[in-house]
Amino acid sequence: MNQTNPAKFCPGCGYPIALMLLGKILEKKGLSVNTVLGLDIGCALLAWNFMPMNIVQTHHGRVAPTMVGFKRARPDSICVGITGDGGAYAIGLQNLLHAAKRDEAVMILVINNTVYAMTGGQTAPTTLCGQKTDTHPEGYEEQPMQGPELLKNIVQHGAFLARAAVNDPKNLMAYLEKAVEAQQAGHFALVEVLSFCPTNWKTKGQATLNYLEGLKKHFFVGEK
Amino acid sequence: MKQFLTGSEVCVQAAFDAAAEMMYGYPITPATEVFTGWIKRGGKYLQTEDEVAAGFAVCGAVMAGQKAFTATAGPGHVLMQDALSMAEGMRLPFVAVIGARGGPSSGTVIYSQQEVTLACFGGNGEGFRLVYSPSDLNELYILTRRAFNEAWQYKFPAIVLSDGYLLKSKGVFELEGEGQGIQNVPPYSLIKQGEVKHWRNIYTFEEELYEVLEQYKKDFDAIKEKLATAEEYHTDDAEILLIAHGIVGASAKEAVDELRNQGVKVGLFRPVTLRPFPKKQLDELAGRVKKIIIIESSLGQLANLVHQEFDPTISVAIEYLQKPALGIEPRNIVEEILDCHSRKSGNPGRWFLTTGSPPSRG
Repeated sequence: MNQTNPAKFCPGCGYPIALMLLGKILEKKGLSVNTVLGLDIGCALLAWNFMPMNIVQTHHGRVAPTMVGFKRARPDSICVGITGDGGAYAIGLQNLLHAAKRDEAVMILVINNTVYAMTGGQTAPTTLCGQKTDTHPEGYEEQPMQGPELLKNIVQHGAFLARAAVNDPKNLMAYLEKAVEAQQAGHFALVEVLSFCPTNWKTKGQATLNYLEGLKKHFFVGEK
Repeated sequence: MKQFLTGSEVCVQAAFDAAAEMMYGYPITPATEVFTGWIKRGGKYLQTEDEVAAGFAVCGAVMAGQKAFTATAGPGHVLMQDALSMAEGMRLPFVAVIGARGGPSSGTVIYSQQEVTLACFGGNGEGFRLVYSPSDLNELYILTRRAFNEAWQYKFPAIVLSDGYLLKSKGVFELEGEGQGIQNVPPYSLIKQGEVKHWRNIYTFEEELYEVLEQYKKDFDAIKEKLATAEEYHTDDAEILLIAHGIVGASAKEAVDELRNQGVKVGLFRPVTLRPFPKKQLDELAGRVKKIIIIESSLGQLANLVHQEFDPTISVAIEYLQKPALGIEPRNIVEEILDCHSRKSGNPGRWFLTTGSPPSRG
């Protein structure tokens, strides 16, 4: 899988890793021609010309219903919605829940970096309790939203839910492959990816890796 | 064949005849029956969790080349602006039937004309939309057909702006004249298989967006005269020109007959398309009448459109009949105009606002 354009993400961002792995899976399965990647607004929007496949920007929180409309109109396509944690679990949660409840055959890739990164690091639904952000300078007081675990209660048999991390690409690729296969079998799939955001975490090098490892104590990696 | 149908049934018939393939909807009065009527007749559909999902699913569907549409009203129309803004920004053939109801807020549930600004200029855009205002069942049919055709032909979102009076009341409908033999514009995929499309709606540089909007304006201006439609009634020798749209336009037409019987030289200009607005036709008329009276169930949303569009060098007195949230019957118009006529430039009535010149025209 080749990039078509240089990555516009910040240095050290986890997005391009997840996107490249998704691209590899789709290429391996011979599906890239039939694929449409829908982008939520947030850092996801930067991927609009990143890879040699159909990519469409949507609105904030609205990537799931847009993909639902596309997929229902063209069932032979592979529809992947790419969104941040805010797009998935805050502004887009209602649409995400109902897409999952109806077992829509779309795949949602959620990049969880615990902040609204594009706007400069405000609190997200996934922000950790005690984490300081622009909008909670004294520290956030709520427990983070557990997306895949929340959806587990409403998805239908055959749907695929998992959480992975960008620093374990082998595992992430395995989940992405299963998610694509779930869609091919006509089911909903969501993969949440714990991802680097050194810009907003204000970390460098090893500290970024350590931060991500720390997140795994709050968000459990694995199939749900 | 004559049929006894509701407006919603006529609308559904038009959608089927337009070869619409899919409807996304969320129930809301007075547009619900467009959705349930479509379902009853076997149309493919999905009831979504809200109007936002319905709107964006329509966006996704039309990108894939499916003739999809939605119907909504009032507060649902407000939510629909999110998707309509994307449709405007990405030039999607998005079709929506709106049953205007009272506002602001939840307002009333059947009728008003307070969604004109929302339909024409809702969202963070420039009003690159096609908006049609039907005055009767026959026109509701024709304009719904036009909405599908012109949306797919020109790639601007198309809105049939009706209301609950027209959608819910039954009348005799007969497919005749203009409504017969309309050819459908076939749908086409905006993301073609085998091609790679990188498609955005957010731009890095102001200049990039400026260029896009420049092109959109050029495209919209190019079809303006072709699509802009209005009905003129007894305008040849009119001294007073009534301007009204939708079912108020139908009401004003009856009022013209009655007023003519009583010797008042009155005519009607009824914009059938609100976007693009039939500006040229209006300019020609406005230059030769003594007075214009803009009549609407709103505090000036149609009047704003008129002021915005017509030639500022034309000097003509403008008065306003405004009944926000209320229906306007022919007798209301007749009484007020006779009253005003006999008083020449007399005092404003209860809902008859007389101003020298509209604020926006100084």
